[in-house]
Amino acid sequence: MADFDVGTPILEAPVAEGAKDQHMVLNMGPQHPSTHGVLRLVLEVDGEIIVRLYPEIGYLHTGIEKTCEAKFYQQVVPLTDRVDYLGPMANNLCYCLAVEKLLELEIPERAQWLRVMFTELTRLNSHLIWLGTHAMDIGALTVFLYTFREREDILRIFEEVSGQRMMTSYFRIGGLSMEPPLGLLEKIQAFIKTFPEKIDEYSNLLTGNPIFRNRLMGVGMFSAEDAIALAITGPTMRASGIDFDLRRDMPYSSYEKFQFEVPVSTGCDCWARYEVRLLEMRESVKIVQQALDGMPEGPVKADAPKIVLPDREKMKTQMEALIHHFKIVTEGFNVPAGEVYQGIESGHGQMGYYVVSDGTAKPYRVHMRYPGFASLQALETMCKGRMLADVVAVIGSIDIVLGEIDR
Amino acid sequence: MTEVAKKTLANRAEVLEGLPEHPAVKALLGWNAEGLLDARWDRGELTLTVAPENIVPTLTALKAAGYNAFEDMTAVDWFPSEPRFQLSYHILSHAYKERVRLRAMVSGDAPAVDSATQVWPGANYYEREVFDLFGVRFEGHPNLRRILMPDDWEGHPLRKDYPVEGYR
Repeated sequence: MADFDVGTPILEAPVAEGAKDQHMVLNMGPQHPSTHGVLRLVLEVDGEIIVRLYPEIGYLHTGIEKTCEAKFYQQVVPLTDRVDYLGPMANNLCYCLAVEKLLELEIPERAQWLRVMFTELTRLNSHLIWLGTHAMDIGALTVFLYTFREREDILRIFEEVSGQRMMTSYFRIGGLSMEPPLGLLEKIQAFIKTFPEKIDEYSNLLTGNPIFRNRLMGVGMFSAEDAIALAITGPTMRASGIDFDLRRDMPYSSYEKFQFEVPVSTGCDCWARYEVRLLEMRESVKIVQQALDGMPEGPVKADAPKIVLPDREKMKTQMEALIHHFKIVTEGFNVPAGEVYQGIESGHGQMGYYVVSDGTAKPYRVHMRYPGFASLQALETMCKGRMLADVVAVIGSIDIVLGEIDR
Repeated sequence: MTEVAKKTLANRAEVLEGLPEHPAVKALLGWNAEGLLDARWDRGELTLTVAPENIVPTLTALKAAGYNAFEDMTAVDWFPSEPRFQLSYHILSHAYKERVRLRAMVSGDAPAVDSATQVWPGANYYEREVFDLFGVRFEGHPNLRRILMPDDWEGHPLRKDYPVEGYR
């Protein structure tokens, strides 16, 4: 195992006695276009070679975990949207699954399948932004325009189903907020049918591009042992040769009923991460197709009137429903005491919600484990001894969102 | 194990009886049978409680038993009861495809435990976060500084005696 120094801050460069050239300390960010948000990197450079790298985070810290403790369980769902703001449905899913585990609530099959379908669309959304911005950082500006064209289609689907483009809050505790509108599944089918061609298009623009290849191949080397030691998960881990995916190995929300491959590469470099994510997009398309083909009929909300809000029409016409609606909205619902940890595979890696309940209507503690937080620990290992320009390629390749890191 | 999966095994004796072959339970018993203070199997999740001074040896034992990946680590503040802080480590096994939760209760008076970074260097940021937001110290941590809050911040926001809004 390598000797890690994911630690000591860099304040000033050491000055060697009588040395002609000394190391320089360089600040990259927090306002830098290629840091994907407000990440600050303090770099100690020897000429153009990285000697040390220290990520400084917290610029986007909003205290979301503290805020959760003051809200009812159902009011936390919209908060989770804002954590990893590029994968709203994955956040919703992870939190809802955790609370449903605490409540020991059975979710109807149709709701589970719709959840899988929308989570995979979210993964496509997240990967499209990664691909566009990653290529743009490297200098291939065109790809960004193409990926955002397809992302727009996904956001239109999200808007149609939830009324929101990004902060969807579509998954609720006990199922979904409502049945998807008529004709939406056909629209998703039309999108999914043409999407593999679009992936070919991105691949045509990038995979053969000599500049893109040279900027990524052999850059940001990261071994499997390092990935385990530094708690790295998701595509970054799988590009280092570890074959593990929560969707397949510890299935949730009926993922066990879907057939898909888990792309793994032993390249260990930025190029391997690029290839793995591109293949993952193709697998997501397969999963969405299977969900559309085998979509079960039935309700999209669990039969638990004291937990799940009633349909609008029922609430306006039935006494019981009105009472339940009033009680849930004003008092919330009590969740049995206990603690659960629910992990899911989000676009960036293993996401986890640790929810502790003390038996009241508000969570006692909500802890969010997001893959990007751990990924930052790997930056120094990946960048050490490389050129300054490679830092940009490496940041793009680990696919971070600062919202999920600072929370 | 499937027939017990739905049940709740509330204490150490029940878990030892219900899940005698569980690799994590076996690993801890093999390390030190007295060291396992409590155990709980609830909602398909195994929680093992150890004394705070035993966190690093138990993590080492779990790692040797196939729980290879450190996934998450955080704290819960049970103010005003004592011991006040609960540290929860979530360790994942790629081989068993299973997760185990290691739990230790730490006193609220100058809380400190040994750092898990010597077992998994990736615990670094997680321990810094707990230090920052709860004020639990980790001995032997390479860089125990605030991570999310500004360096000159006073107090630890995720403690229960720290208000959600308004002035402190």
